[in-house]
Amino acid sequence: MHGVEPLAVAQPPPQAQYARGGSALAVHIYGWLLLLPAAVLLVAFTHYPAVQTLIDSFYSTPRGRRGAVFVGLDNYQTMLADPVFWRALQNNVVYATSVIPLTIALALAMALLINGKIAGRPFLRLSFFTPTVLPMIAVANIWLFFYSPGYGLLDQILGLFDSSTHNWLGDEHTALGCLIAVAVWKDAGFFMIFYLAALQQISPQLAEAAALEGAGRWYFFRRVTFPLLMPTTLFVLVNAVINSFRLVDHIVVMTQGGPDNTTALLLFYIYEVGFKFWDTAYAATLTVVLLVLLACLALGQFLILDRRIHYQ
Amino acid sequence: MSATEKVSRGSEALEIAGAWLLALIWILPLAYAVWAAIHPSEYSAHFAPDAPLTPQNFIKAWNAAPFAWYFLNTFILVTMILAAQLVLCTLAAYAFARFSFAGRDVAFILVLLQLMIMPDVLIVENYRTMTALGLVDTIPAIGLPYMASAFGIFLLRQTFKTVPRELDEAARVEGAGPLQVLLKVYVPLAKPVYIAYGLVSVSYHWNNFLWPLIITNSVSTRPLTVGLQIFASADQGIDWSVITAATLMTSAPLLLAFLLFQRQFVQSFMRAGIR
Repeated sequence: MHGVEPLAVAQPPPQAQYARGGSALAVHIYGWLLLLPAAVLLVAFTHYPAVQTLIDSFYSTPRGRRGAVFVGLDNYQTMLADPVFWRALQNNVVYATSVIPLTIALALAMALLINGKIAGRPFLRLSFFTPTVLPMIAVANIWLFFYSPGYGLLDQILGLFDSSTHNWLGDEHTALGCLIAVAVWKDAGFFMIFYLAALQQISPQLAEAAALEGAGRWYFFRRVTFPLLMPTTLFVLVNAVINSFRLVDHIVVMTQGGPDNTTALLLFYIYEVGFKFWDTAYAATLTVVLLVLLACLALGQFLILDRRIHYQ
Repeated sequence: MSATEKVSRGSEALEIAGAWLLALIWILPLAYAVWAAIHPSEYSAHFAPDAPLTPQNFIKAWNAAPFAWYFLNTFILVTMILAAQLVLCTLAAYAFARFSFAGRDVAFILVLLQLMIMPDVLIVENYRTMTALGLVDTIPAIGLPYMASAFGIFLLRQTFKTVPRELDEAARVEGAGPLQVLLKVYVPLAKPVYIAYGLVSVSYHWNNFLWPLIITNSVSTRPLTVGLQIFASADQGIDWSVITAATLMTSAPLLLAFLLFQRQFVQSFMRAGIR
């Protein structure tokens, strides 16, 4: 590093760094030019549609030669009176509040189990992580087979105890639960690796010290490991929340929202309204609800994780 | 052996048993699909150790739908998206990391917004935009909303910020312009991050389904996921053996790549996730 040393002595303040060659104006121009290609696409496919969604929710759906007309809050009134919307929202809340804790708990358990020197570690890791690599569509098809009445593996295993067949996905009481199982199966292994990475950062001396003090393993986990894993848990939590509102591929494959809308999630309902009934204004109104939900979550994340992001 | 040692020995055995049980349950649905795909359909729900192996289900699936097209479309799609993402995100990340231009912080927050409000939920308006652009049912239409990736920009910005300024300065003293500095100093140093991001991006877009389903409606544009869904939902006489064969076939390239490069995959996902 000999050649660089003199520079380190006379290092300019960061702001001035690229201004030396030309004027300060050059920095602004260069910065914006570099950003421009990405900014154009971001605005066109994220910011513009988000704003346009809000505008469209105040207009009617254009049909044939009749264009969109300003209708004020009509679409919102329709929505509040729409039992399917409430059903989808309720389903989504049940789905999220089941999938998220189950996935995180299992991911943590998996990471703790294979962090030590357990026999067959490569197989265990492979088994937990493989579902993550598969497309949700493939996963859904595999589980569709798994759940098929009488014929699928689930009924075959249960058939050892009683011989009745179950229409798992056709029954209002079990359909959503079946989809929750699929989502947990797919994502637990993914979140496991973040916990594994975090566990490897924890100094083994802590465990040794705790053992000397006579602390039990559960006590050590509760008082030392779990608090140290908190940043990872927050990160995983944010991702799990997003996934529970973003991913509906398995619903398209497995239930189409049925039976009787018991498995319709919000995004699936938007897809149905927008691309099966072609009621784009109402679909925009439903999207506004989803965007508001996501924005609130984003704000929450920003307030909670703010410190951690600036830390780096 | 003391009593506490006995207890800890016992709980350890219990732990190992639990781990193996969980792993077996976890692999069961996939193992079941593999079983059905490589045996004749009369054995798909009948587990006989002497069941004959057969490649017939894969051959049937391959001939029943234009999977060659679908593979080609997916390949073009993921390549196109990744190439565009690498260029766009590198330039934007460089701007955010090393240029203090006016409005940088506001612009950065606007970029980060996409981490929460993803193109996946803006399907209605983006469909309308694609219609206006005349791009419905083309492969670029599938990729366009994802090409400027906030995640990629963020990841690369963090990486570029760790590059010592002395290296940057040294290149500058030798007369390199900003773009040359980017290519000669920043990009080579960020190589592991590029690999990580590439793997995450390819697997995400290989697996993406809802938007491609909406925006495509012909064989020459459909990616594998959509093709598989159309194949599986069309009346196959519910021949599960053929459907599971098709399912495994469409996931095979990623699955094989994962099995071969397991360590890199896991490390890449970790690197891309810890931010």
